[in-house]
Amino acid sequence: MSEVVHNFTSTIPTWSPYVTPVELASATPEQLAAMKVTPSNKGVSPYVLTLAHDPESLAVRSPLFNLIMYGKDGLSPAERELGALSASVVNRCIYCAAVHASRFINYSGRKEVVEEIFTDERDSTLEAREQALFNFATKLSTTPIEASADDARALGEAGLSELEQLDLVLSAAIFGWANRLMHTLGEPLVRPEAS
Amino acid sequence: MTTLIETIVGVPAASRLGHALNARTEILRLSEAAHDAVLLPREPGGLSHGLRAALAARMCRHVGDEALTAHYDSYLAHSSDLDFAVLARPGGVCGDPLHDAMARHADLLTLSPRESTRQDIAALKAAGVSEADIVRLSELGAFVNYQLRVLAGLRLLKEIEA
Repeated sequence: MSEVVHNFTSTIPTWSPYVTPVELASATPEQLAAMKVTPSNKGVSPYVLTLAHDPESLAVRSPLFNLIMYGKDGLSPAERELGALSASVVNRCIYCAAVHASRFINYSGRKEVVEEIFTDERDSTLEAREQALFNFATKLSTTPIEASADDARALGEAGLSELEQLDLVLSAAIFGWANRLMHTLGEPLVRPEAS
Repeated sequence: MTTLIETIVGVPAASRLGHALNARTEILRLSEAAHDAVLLPREPGGLSHGLRAALAARMCRHVGDEALTAHYDSYLAHSSDLDFAVLARPGGVCGDPLHDAMARHADLLTLSPRESTRQDIAALKAAGVSEADIVRLSELGAFVNYQLRVLAGLRLLKEIEA
């Protein structure tokens, strides 16, 4: 049994569910469709197999997630990842934080931003534009929601257009969703080859 | 078609935020479809539409979103599950261990998801919640928290433009 990962890392762990995932061999046609299983695509993660218990939700959430995170124009891919990472730090979803920190680094080359966020979490000190994004996205992720009009104004002052601001709201919010699945339905384990 | 999120926030189409939303119509449409899939699924499992509305209203009350609370209260009032109405308020218990365990989990998902552990899923199983219903409940809690944050964010963007 692999060791559980308790600290933020940009090394992507594996994910092990607390509930029994759907078995591909016995999945219903609706579950297969929601998982996007086709003859040429049979690789399905334990996470997707777990969510397949509720195929109606999964079938809608996957395209919504992809459009928010990977849609064209508006907020840059790196900054959408920063929105995702901000929510994941607040909700302490170690797995989500690892995946999206890693993508942020791939897009931006800015490993030091991730190191700062993983060290100081909500007290992180970042460059002005990243700070405005991070502050707004983390404060939108808390309960109660702490984000204020001043936090929103800071986005415009940091140079974000209206569309970029909207994309930041969406990328932080969709991780309010994703974190609540990934962090509560299973746990991150050290990837065997990395241990 | 105007979606629930747009109706609640009331963004003028000619505003800068209105133009930005117009560039994201597919995201709004899919958010509405997600609402329908989570609140009004064809296959509700052990979470009836009325129970879902009650738990959604409870989570909205935790976050203090009056408009979204009113939306789910209205769904609850139109359902035939008025026994669950007591669960629509934080702290409300119905006396049935299964549904009270679901309400506690909805509280956890909303208030402190970061504190969630394996034991919380074990507690649901011990109360008799099936594994498929655990996933359905998690999607409900996660979706409502997404929706609450989209609304909160849009209200702020609208406010600073006004």
